[in-house]
Amino acid sequence: MIVRYWGTRGSIATISPDTQLYGGNTPCVSVAKDEHLLILDAGSGIHRLSQAKYYTDFDEIHIILSHLHMDHIQGLGFFEPFFSAESVVHIWGPPSAKHSLQARLSRYLSPPLFPFTINEFQCDLHIHEMHQEQFILGPFEIQTRYVCHPGPTLGIRIDTSTSTCTYIPDHELYLGSVNFPHNPTWTTGYDLAHNTDLLIHDAQYTEQEYNQRIGWGHSTISQAIAFAKIANAKKLRIFHHNPNHSDNQIDQIMTRFVNEKEIEIGVAKEGSTEELP
Amino acid sequence: MAAHEIEVILARQLADSLTVPIFLTDNKGTLLFYNEPAEELLGRRFEEHGPMNLETWSVIFDPQDEQGMSIQPKDLPLVKSLTQRIPAHGSFYITGLEGRRVYLSVTCIPLIGEGSRFVGALAIFWEITQL
Repeated sequence: MIVRYWGTRGSIATISPDTQLYGGNTPCVSVAKDEHLLILDAGSGIHRLSQAKYYTDFDEIHIILSHLHMDHIQGLGFFEPFFSAESVVHIWGPPSAKHSLQARLSRYLSPPLFPFTINEFQCDLHIHEMHQEQFILGPFEIQTRYVCHPGPTLGIRIDTSTSTCTYIPDHELYLGSVNFPHNPTWTTGYDLAHNTDLLIHDAQYTEQEYNQRIGWGHSTISQAIAFAKIANAKKLRIFHHNPNHSDNQIDQIMTRFVNEKEIEIGVAKEGSTEELP
Repeated sequence: MAAHEIEVILARQLADSLTVPIFLTDNKGTLLFYNEPAEELLGRRFEEHGPMNLETWSVIFDPQDEQGMSIQPKDLPLVKSLTQRIPAHGSFYITGLEGRRVYLSVTCIPLIGEGSRFVGALAIFWEITQL
């Protein structure tokens, strides 16, 4: 399984010299194995994936949306395969209580926010509504569970026969758990992260920042680490970087955690790749 | 060890934050939690006994109507919410585990999450003399 980070920034794209190391594009992560490609979220990072023509070696393209906040879908309209009649693209994501996934996506992919509608995409497009599911796509067994974040938001676990990757880009652990981090059965997302090889998890805030933003739907770096520990994840990648944090600030914040030995902790870096068995 | 559904976890968080008594079950009726204000009426801290199945909690508090007749589990508002997935309301006596008999007004709602997932139910209740 090859995991590649195309966008790691949360909330709003922050392309600047100060964010070149960890990246300024909003969430998009690809997971590939053999001829199968999953694209997790379609933030502005999907444009970079598209420009790199990373999709060309794969038979079908599956875009799995964790939720429909703007930073996770804003790149959709800039993904080239949508405009090729030869492409087969599947979009998976959560509907809301009263609106279909297509209707929700169309709020963005229609005038005045976008010049044309989703119905005008030229590819062979399939839209799949997804709640808490378990299903197979090629070599991937995919499991989704709702996690604590404003609006219907899914965490995603991807198992292959040899390794597991868990992607929970937006998750407020403190509100979505009872007595966190001491009670796994009362912690949202725990099942997805349990014993995973690679946990890509929201860690937008420092403690000080979080105290001003309780209820905004995100976690602190130390909460993400505590979650990875109780879930017995092998590797944690800090994700959904705060748009107010420069590379230097992220490095400085991470120095507080250099003595963490139980799990391998790293900062998800746009443009980087990691391979799981 | 599976985690509870998010709606159940958030309901517990809400119950922990409120000063009105709340009693929370999963979709099978297993009592998962009641908060501190409920402990006062039920006569025991939740942690002292932990989760309890429907067959136990529906009789252990000896629910009785105004004539002193036992109420069958199926007629309790919370059991109606669990079995019929509807809001339900009722007033009746219980005897707390410390032996105190109280007259309660109970309102129950089913917890139905995204995708029409029925994940549990909660009861909010009040000792009538407090009204």
